[in-house]
Amino acid sequence: MSSFGPWFLGLALSCLIAMSAAAQEQALDVPAKIAAGDAFSIPTSGSGNAVLYIVGPAQVLKRDVQLGLPIALAAGDLTSAGHYLAILSSVSSTATAQFDVLPSTTAASLSFLARPSRLPVDLQNGITGAVYVFDSYRNLITSPSSVDFQLSVASAPTQARTVSTSQGAAWTEMNSASREGNAKFVAQVGDVSATRVIQQVPGNPCNLTMTAHQAGNQLDLATNPVLDCSGNPVTDGTVVTFTESWSGGQTTVDVPLKHDVARTEVPALPGARISVASGVILGNEIRWEGRE
Amino acid sequence: MMHRLTLLCTLLAAGGVAAGQASVQVEPSHLQGPRPLAQQTESAVIHDYVQAWESLSAAADQNRPDLLDGDFVGIAQTKLAAAVSQEAKLGLRTRYQVRSHDIKIIFYSPEGLSIQLVDNIEYDEQLLDHGKVVAVQPVHARYVAVLTPTDVRWKVRVLQSEPL
Repeated sequence: MSSFGPWFLGLALSCLIAMSAAAQEQALDVPAKIAAGDAFSIPTSGSGNAVLYIVGPAQVLKRDVQLGLPIALAAGDLTSAGHYLAILSSVSSTATAQFDVLPSTTAASLSFLARPSRLPVDLQNGITGAVYVFDSYRNLITSPSSVDFQLSVASAPTQARTVSTSQGAAWTEMNSASREGNAKFVAQVGDVSATRVIQQVPGNPCNLTMTAHQAGNQLDLATNPVLDCSGNPVTDGTVVTFTESWSGGQTTVDVPLKHDVARTEVPALPGARISVASGVILGNEIRWEGRE
Repeated sequence: MMHRLTLLCTLLAAGGVAAGQASVQVEPSHLQGPRPLAQQTESAVIHDYVQAWESLSAAADQNRPDLLDGDFVGIAQTKLAAAVSQEAKLGLRTRYQVRSHDIKIIFYSPEGLSIQLVDNIEYDEQLLDHGKVVAVQPVHARYVAVLTPTDVRWKVRVLQSEPL
């Protein structure tokens, strides 16, 4: 912006405001605060025709009115919460006022953000929920509301928290349950609720063990049913790694769990060491002596 | 005298009102919620929010609701676009000349999908009816905004003022 710009702008605005002030001979008697959707009335004086403008970023009204009669705004005319200008303009005068339309205090809908949609069991504060509360005109209710959060899953106690909104928003954290399954995550304000489903899946394997049996020149390796630390079967498809080491060599086999068990074959080499692991979890080790 | 003032102001208004740039002050964030706010994220949110006000000003001034599409989404986009369309239907235009923003980020939702801020904003609001200036008013208001991330920027999902 050039140095001329601010001067020019300042002059323009000062001029416009001065002009407006010059034209404004009276203040318009509008309530300072109106509830969204409520009816209200604006008294006028004088006689003749005028035009009423009510202007805010989210809603605009324009009415031809008769001066000397009160202007009635019906219920539902002004529904968007916000700051408004009211201007009553006639040939001879302009009256203005500023006022606020407030959201209703009754919740009509919730915007509920819950994450994640899927997580391992037994995770502290692993589930989060955030709520924004809206009235029937989709205004954010900025006055405090009480939000009840509940996380329930079969065979586990329900977790519940009550949180007050601040500027229309509230949030909470919950632990995932120790048992796998779908959890219902509910946020409720008054009679309005929103539900999200959180899938709780088994965690990492715990106590990974395997056995080995000779089958000809091969060893048949199989894990015991692989469970997480809460006793839930670990999800099929989880990769289990078998490693066979012997003097001068090593072989590794990755096997996905199928029906809770991983199974494979490796050469039966006397003196070989065989280990099993899944992710960062190490299982037992077997030293093959050439016989069971 | 009044006529001269009107003429001068009408001439100046066309170029002048759109020419200014708002000052932007950012207050330290006092976030509720467990998610930390990276400086880069905060800067992007402030930038996109201020840009959204410029788009709102342009849309209301030019009676073009499509100018809102790049910066607003959801409830805010629907309501503001409806207001701009209604103005066009009534022969009205509104000019918002923002003088200053004083912004504080107050909430970053735990999953990172929304950021809420409050803005003590000062602007001049000028209403024109079929090209004639009806009124100009200085406004000092406190806005609450909720922004959500999209592919390339943060967009305003809720924009609503409340009493100071």
